[in-house]
Amino acid sequence: MNFDLTEEQQMLNDSLRRFVTNEYGFEKRGEIISSGAGIDKATWANFAEMGLLGFTFPEDYDGLGGNAIDTMVVMENFGRGLVVEPYLATVVLAGGLIRDAGNEAQKADILPGIASGERLLALAHNEPGARYNLSQVKTTACKDGADFLISGQKTAVLHGGQANQLIVSARTSGNVNDESGLSLFLVDRNAKGITVDDFATHDGHRTAEISLSNVTVSADNLIGTVDEAFPAIEKAVDLGIAALCAEAVGAMEAMNAATLEYIKTRKQFGTPIGKFQVLQHRMADMFIQTEQAKTMAILAASEADSDDRARRREAISMAKTLVGQAARYVGQQGVQLHGGMGVTDEMFAAHLFKRLTLINLLFGDADHHLAQVSDGLLAKTA
Amino acid sequence: MDLNYTPEQEAFRAEVRQFLDDNLPDDIRERVQKRLRPDKAMTERWQKILFDKGWGASTWPEEFGGTGWDPIQQIIFEEECALAGAPRQLDFGLRMVAPVIMTFGNDVQKQRFLPGILSGEDWWCQGYSEPGAGSDLASLRTSAKREGDHYVVNGQKTWTTLGQHADWIFCLVRTSTEGKPQQGISFLLIDMNTPGIEVRPIIMLDGEHEINEVYFDNVKVPAENLIGEENQGWTYAKFLLGHERTGLANVGQWKAMMKRLKEVAYQEQDGQRPLIENTRFRDRLAQLDAELRALELTVLRVLTDKRGPGPQASILKIRGTEIGQQLFEMLMEAGGQDAIAHIPEALELDYNGPRAGSIDATPSAGDYFNMRKLSIFGGSNEIQRNIIAQLVLGL
Repeated sequence: MNFDLTEEQQMLNDSLRRFVTNEYGFEKRGEIISSGAGIDKATWANFAEMGLLGFTFPEDYDGLGGNAIDTMVVMENFGRGLVVEPYLATVVLAGGLIRDAGNEAQKADILPGIASGERLLALAHNEPGARYNLSQVKTTACKDGADFLISGQKTAVLHGGQANQLIVSARTSGNVNDESGLSLFLVDRNAKGITVDDFATHDGHRTAEISLSNVTVSADNLIGTVDEAFPAIEKAVDLGIAALCAEAVGAMEAMNAATLEYIKTRKQFGTPIGKFQVLQHRMADMFIQTEQAKTMAILAASEADSDDRARRREAISMAKTLVGQAARYVGQQGVQLHGGMGVTDEMFAAHLFKRLTLINLLFGDADHHLAQVSDGLLAKTA
Repeated sequence: MDLNYTPEQEAFRAEVRQFLDDNLPDDIRERVQKRLRPDKAMTERWQKILFDKGWGASTWPEEFGGTGWDPIQQIIFEEECALAGAPRQLDFGLRMVAPVIMTFGNDVQKQRFLPGILSGEDWWCQGYSEPGAGSDLASLRTSAKREGDHYVVNGQKTWTTLGQHADWIFCLVRTSTEGKPQQGISFLLIDMNTPGIEVRPIIMLDGEHEINEVYFDNVKVPAENLIGEENQGWTYAKFLLGHERTGLANVGQWKAMMKRLKEVAYQEQDGQRPLIENTRFRDRLAQLDAELRALELTVLRVLTDKRGPGPQASILKIRGTEIGQQLFEMLMEAGGQDAIAHIPEALELDYNGPRAGSIDATPSAGDYFNMRKLSIFGGSNEIQRNIIAQLVLGL
């Protein structure tokens, strides 16, 4: 039992902290967002050089053999600086999925490309109406000779418009909500029959609505076994949730720092407003919430790589519940304590608030995950 | 970073569990698990059993007869004790005055006082709060005037928990009115059998006698019972409060309570279904379960931090007491209307009379009322927020 970062992780943490402070400032970030590209090529190349893009891949595939704790260190810093590049989409979700469920040829083909920064991938799984239900997939993949024909609609595909390749989930058998009967396919972004609508998100990231109409995919682009993709999807999403929890912690710490600075300097009634006890206690509660969230982000990262499904899912859902609640509290109160400035576009706090809000909505909000924990209690009676 | 216990730690846990299986008397276990009225003899008996094993003080270094365990071992020990139904050891001696004596006392004081705390022979209570000095502790007025080789103490302490059993009280007394209020305070150890001391009960809202007022009327205290230096008592007092706060997180006991609460939720009926199938109740239980997990890991994170807990211990006090209060509240609510009957005699071990509802419902409302104290004592949770704002955030 220990909570210490390794020496390497500490070094990584230090250098990322320097990076977001010195090289990813508010204006630079604003320029990246308004370019509409969803990614700054120089920044991405920098990440590749630092080894971040293959951090959790095996060394055989140009990775560093890291784990979810390493991802936590990266994401906490990205949260602190509100980095908008598709790290979650490409490295954590898609990269994690290929690493855990891909075959030799797929790993050899894709992982070095992600690690070098040349390839961007996205996970196209979520569908309209599924909300946070991971097994609800209406998109179908039908056998067509040696190939599959995929048709359906995907929504909220993170950085789907920037990806060269999509990992698409589709139903190969069973009913709409069944966990069995799902399969995963690698689909080229420019394949015939794909339409991608690329949108900005409120927090400066990108999202895509993707429709597939009889898209032909060859059998060697099947990831894993037909009908049995659900555990891999769930695992990838859990890795993503753990990463988001860490990102939220970084953003909350940044929010607390910005708010603290503001209430120490902003004067009203002839005194810094931080002298008022009502604001001091609010700030103390923001701090408590953040510390609790940090603990839970550590728990999530510690369990995210585990193949013990029940244990992993309980930890992930407990973490996302408390982190989501904390993100909401710290986000809202951070804006509140900034007063009128808090609702302007020029304040970093406003941007932190938007990211914290959207993190709660991604892959299950606090209510959804609380229900998971709650139903887990029920399962234990049986 | 690794949140799993090491094989050595797991082996230690097994050893503690085995010891508890073999040595925790059944009547004590029953009394604790049914949440019956605490009993002085029970606490003393259990302390003696631990003392004989060499485990009398899980948080002390070996040189004073403690176990010398690291923070993780201490937590494992506490948790196993709570889960087994062992009574909580008396904090006032072991966790509060003892660290002060070890750190600021002289050798004579160490030799005189620590053995009695360790064996459980001496029962200690705390003389901090006064009627006019609660959260504003530094405004205390109980005075100690030096006369030859004695101090003469006059004044009144209040909220003295279990003072009715105490052999000794550690007191903050005013030895000077010069300068800031914090500057004239001294830390004095007083024998409760000294003439001029009177203990009067305060009955709490659950009808129980747990706390007291202690009056001092020209009480002569030997000057050798002064800890450290005169007028430096505030430093020692704050040191003690830091130790108290960490203990107040109380994770082991809350984990045992959570286990019981879940069992009750499975057993209690809500119409034609077990209570656990009531979604609203279960969701709140799940929320609390997650918060307790966060508390448990945060305690481990803070206690294993090489920089030491510091003012961040206030987080543990706030969250620990909030979670504890919610556990007792839900345990009461689990009983529903069965919780309304007040049957004080049913809090004794040999009670065989009628009761309203289940055995868990009997103490539940009384416990709930009693536990409102948690967010008030040890520095109210509002004071803790002041501490965080000032010492952690620099506001």
